[in-house]
Amino acid sequence: MRIMVVWCPDWSVTAGMLELADGSSPSVENVETTAPAVVLANNKVVVCNAAARAEGVRRGQRRRDAQARCPDVVLLAANPDRDARWFEPVLASVEEIRPGVAPIRPGLLAVPAPGRYFARSGVGGEQSAAALLAEHLVGVGVWDCRFGVADDLYTAERAARQATPQDCFVVAPGESAAFLRGQPVTVLADDGPEGAELADLLRRLGLVLLGDFAALAAGEISNRFGAYGVEVWRRVQGAETARLASRTPPPELRCEISFEPPLDSAEAAAFSVRTTAERFIAGLAGRQLVATGVRIEAEFEPVGSVGTAVSARTWLHPRCFTSRDLVDRVHWQLQAGMAGSGLRSRKSLGATISAPVTLLRFLPDVVEPAGDHADGLWGGGADDQVVRGVARVQAMVGYDAVRVPVLQGGRGAADRQAMVPWGERATGLRPVDRPWPGRIPGPAPTRVFADPLEAEVVDEAGAVVAVTSRGVVTGEPWQFRIGPSSGRRALQRMPVASWAGPWPVDESWWVGVGSGGRAARFQVVGVDGRAWLLKWSSGVGSGVWEVEAAYD
Amino acid sequence: MSHAAVLVPEVDPHARIEQLRGRIQALQGGPTRLTVPTLAMFDGLVQLRTGGVYGVDSATLGMALAAGASQAGEWVGFAGWDDFGVEAAQQHGIALSRTVLVPSPGEHWLEVTAALVDVLKVVVLRPTGVVDAKSASILDARLRARSGVLVVQGDWPRCDARLSSEQTTWEGIGHGRGRLRERRVEIVARRGAGVIGRSAVVLA
Repeated sequence: MRIMVVWCPDWSVTAGMLELADGSSPSVENVETTAPAVVLANNKVVVCNAAARAEGVRRGQRRRDAQARCPDVVLLAANPDRDARWFEPVLASVEEIRPGVAPIRPGLLAVPAPGRYFARSGVGGEQSAAALLAEHLVGVGVWDCRFGVADDLYTAERAARQATPQDCFVVAPGESAAFLRGQPVTVLADDGPEGAELADLLRRLGLVLLGDFAALAAGEISNRFGAYGVEVWRRVQGAETARLASRTPPPELRCEISFEPPLDSAEAAAFSVRTTAERFIAGLAGRQLVATGVRIEAEFEPVGSVGTAVSARTWLHPRCFTSRDLVDRVHWQLQAGMAGSGLRSRKSLGATISAPVTLLRFLPDVVEPAGDHADGLWGGGADDQVVRGVARVQAMVGYDAVRVPVLQGGRGAADRQAMVPWGERATGLRPVDRPWPGRIPGPAPTRVFADPLEAEVVDEAGAVVAVTSRGVVTGEPWQFRIGPSSGRRALQRMPVASWAGPWPVDESWWVGVGSGGRAARFQVVGVDGRAWLLKWSSGVGSGVWEVEAAYD
Repeated sequence: MSHAAVLVPEVDPHARIEQLRGRIQALQGGPTRLTVPTLAMFDGLVQLRTGGVYGVDSATLGMALAAGASQAGEWVGFAGWDDFGVEAAQQHGIALSRTVLVPSPGEHWLEVTAALVDVLKVVVLRPTGVVDAKSASILDARLRARSGVLVVQGDWPRCDARLSSEQTTWEGIGHGRGRLRERRVEIVARRGAGVIGRSAVVLA
């Protein structure tokens, strides 16, 4: 079997530049994909592209040397995930023409050479197949791709490195050994540090070409150069028979349903999507998978000149989605969009969409092995009955009216907790196990006000108590008032029985004007025995007092 | 090995018989008042029984009453608590992973509470409006059918027992010194107008 290798040189740089051009990277700049660029790891150049090489940048250079040679070089961080991610479309587009693609590493893939089917008069089949693939790859934005065809994988890779961009270098059948023997030993450096070491040793021994190495006897090789030497020697003999580990194309797991005529109520859509949801879950279950995060996309009928509106949201599940959960999520997502369809209007998360639904699509976002989420023999996880009962409450008052309380880190009482909607997973919580200097020690307040109440604290002379920038109280708290100072619900001032504090903090001043700043917290007990957590924050005049929480 | 090695735990036979009787009654669907575990500090004051409504006068007592059942592995719920102190709940011994919170049920508070009572063992309710006798009797019937416990912070027409904290003193706090450490409270349990229990406890 003949093997064709497709090599995209300096793939890390190409992938990095593609990502920059795509705009998904936070630092969006207008850079030409052909600008000089290097990929750095540990402040050393790992990969550089041809433009950078032309300026004198080399692999292994330090960053400042590279920048000294080429000041406008684009610096990219090494990221193997990014390289693999951007190589995936290349694999897919080669797969469209020739199945049985074996990815070797990002930037390098092998396919069984598509021999005689592509033969034209005067041009070999392999040449024309490579030309076809090159045209296809250029179509998806990969300009620098090189092809090599030979009897075995290693020779084909070496041949690809001989080829010019978008061209093919063919090693004739049976010529592999002869081709390799003409190569200098320095090509072994492409194998990694082991290869570089061997190449250096061979050069110092006076063996310049791989052919010189191949002329040695097998026994001597294994004595002197170890397992890697033997492997190289066997390759150079042209006796290597590595099989291609061709990949199976990833399965299509998403499911969609389109509605004709479009549906204009969330109930109807949720009802119609039931079988699709079941099919989606069954498709995953067939591969022993369950989804813990699902992206639901809904397309709406165009209204006027607006064009097709799309609502998309990723839903996370604390355990794993069942088809029933998915139907609920569809219902909630459409409810948020369809404000005018006679349903309970909820505050929308994005632009309000009030057009009929034409299409619904489920995309698995996070999948996990089903075994990790299986019920124990005697049940496990949330009680089924509880889950059903709470779902009824959610149907009554809206999905985000039912919450699960969770703890998180922070200084203020309200910062230290979070309310996660039932059926969603808590994300982005601050860690609890940090010291959080400035927080109030001791028993936590039982009532934490989401919106702090107005308050007032005065000293014996009747002046409002404040805290200086050194953290000193201007007067001893003598009387305090909870609630507004005037109006119908105004209360009398209450004498302070005892107080503790201040616990000064100065946080979030970096967020911007009007947020955060200097503040201090006090525990105040009134003569009626009720204790409050008050907060003084600097502002106009002598600052603002508010009630954060109560020890009720 | 002698027979003495097989130790049977000492169990009061009468209590065991009572418990078994209760279970048989529950299976027969009869009117039964199973006990619900509470924290040790409520011993001698009040014993929660399924189907009952209990009144409290502070958030702390509401959390503490629910904590016993939560520690015993039951689900608890809080309805109408838009100022739920999560850290305090955990310090009182409530398992947050088995807690359902409906911060502001609004006008639907009766339906929401009825639905929660269906599936949760203890529901602590802070009614948003005035409770009339009709709403209360609807919930009473639901509680008996579903063997849940309702703890109400606020007014309620008929309570099995009403707990209130009196003579609160805070320890550890002075004038600009120290911090709140613990609260000494005398809890008084009343049924109707009569006092049925009184004990001094330390609340966190």
